[in-house]
Amino acid sequence: MDTKDVSDFPLAIEGDPAPMVSFRKVTKSYGNLTVLDALDLDVAEGEMVTIIGPSGSGKTTVLRMLMTLETINGGVIYVDGKPLTHMERGGKLVPANDRHLRQIRSKIGMCFQHFNLFPHMTALENCMEGPVHVLGLTKQDARERSEELLAMVGMADKRDQHPSRLSGGQQQRVAIARALAMRPKVMLFDEVTSALDPEVIGEVTNVIRTLVSEHNLTMLMVTHQMGFARDISDRICFFYGGRIEEQGAPDELFGNPQRERTQQFLSAVKEAH
Amino acid sequence: MSYFEFLGLYGDRIISGTLITIGLTLLSALLAVAIALAAGLMRMSSNMAVRGVATVYIEIFRGTSLLVQLYWIFFVLPLFGITLEKFTAGFVAVGMNLGAYGAELVRGAILSVPKGQWEAGLALNMSPAKRMRRVILPQAVVLMLPSWGNLFIELLKGTALVSLISVADLMFQVKQINGTTFLSVETFGTALIIYYVLARFMITPSMRWLERFMMRKMGRA
Repeated sequence: MDTKDVSDFPLAIEGDPAPMVSFRKVTKSYGNLTVLDALDLDVAEGEMVTIIGPSGSGKTTVLRMLMTLETINGGVIYVDGKPLTHMERGGKLVPANDRHLRQIRSKIGMCFQHFNLFPHMTALENCMEGPVHVLGLTKQDARERSEELLAMVGMADKRDQHPSRLSGGQQQRVAIARALAMRPKVMLFDEVTSALDPEVIGEVTNVIRTLVSEHNLTMLMVTHQMGFARDISDRICFFYGGRIEEQGAPDELFGNPQRERTQQFLSAVKEAH
Repeated sequence: MSYFEFLGLYGDRIISGTLITIGLTLLSALLAVAIALAAGLMRMSSNMAVRGVATVYIEIFRGTSLLVQLYWIFFVLPLFGITLEKFTAGFVAVGMNLGAYGAELVRGAILSVPKGQWEAGLALNMSPAKRMRRVILPQAVVLMLPSWGNLFIELLKGTALVSLISVADLMFQVKQINGTTFLSVETFGTALIIYYVLARFMITPSMRWLERFMMRKMGRA
């Protein structure tokens, strides 16, 4: 399906309430390989959506496109009602320029599988970097905000350590604090526990649990931790071959999967554990 | 004449030459670093014209002899109305020559910074310039420091060529002394030792210190 022509896509998304994130016929391909095929996905404000699926099913690509780390080949992504990948020019949608991207991107934060903390900065400096140098906060304000967040993720006592002195779990908690310091409306978690030793996975999942229960953040997560996903998600999307094969409430999808591919995937995962 | 008598007679000139050599080295090193940074970044620009300028500069200054470049800057540029004093011509030639090599070091180091760092900068919504300055360059500097150590030693040795446009550096002085005394072993032997000492006991330790300093800033010492 060719969705390059976006002239009949809406300039903004209305609704009460409008979805916080909306993928409309979004296509992503590398050469002949279609990674995502006309994806439609709405995420409501405050909703926690987890994406599961076999490797190569396009799950991580969904997050990376939303973070604008990948460009899209067709369709439109909307964030908070406004187009992200496109902007309005003379009553029509045209591909977004850098300025527009920066404006809309400020609503989104992301945590990565390999943390990607800045190695030349301490935990605190990592958290202050964005608020000071992107948002323009004073150092004092940024420090207060960052210290509060580091305390929330249980890293207050390590704030002056460089990432190289921290364990994987500790680094990931700092990375979560760093992303939250930008006050995003949408948080993306891309396999944030995949690079961690089993015994420290809990310290990271606990932080995410706190976020879910105490904050009204919209969250999209890709994970292989099925138990964790089932516990905290409002909705699970099972991806297969660049499409959503099946989606639903965690208990429905895990307890009573309808599609054969979902059943196969879930039983394969169960066997592996 | 014993070697000590030789040093007593000509020590002043040798020291003054050595100071000129050190001055030349410091100034051309500064110039080389500045040019390397600029050209290295320009090489990565998305603008073809900017990239082109840097590529032409690097090709010319890496692909031709430093001595020819020195003669061009000192003897040919005046024909186009640009006259540089010989000391200036000397350090500009050496700095521009080594800067071309440095540019490739800068580019290589920037490209070696893990992709995740670029992505993390983008996820914090940093502008490309800020991301380069705050996130990528500090890490690239650590990666390229060891290679710069080599380059600075090359640069020190390269400065000997400026004696050919009669800048009174160490090489110029010992050639002059040799011309009147014919004490080739003493004159050129002394020069050899001084160049070695400068490289081995001044440049190398300073670079080591700088590397350790940067590692400490990365929390890895």
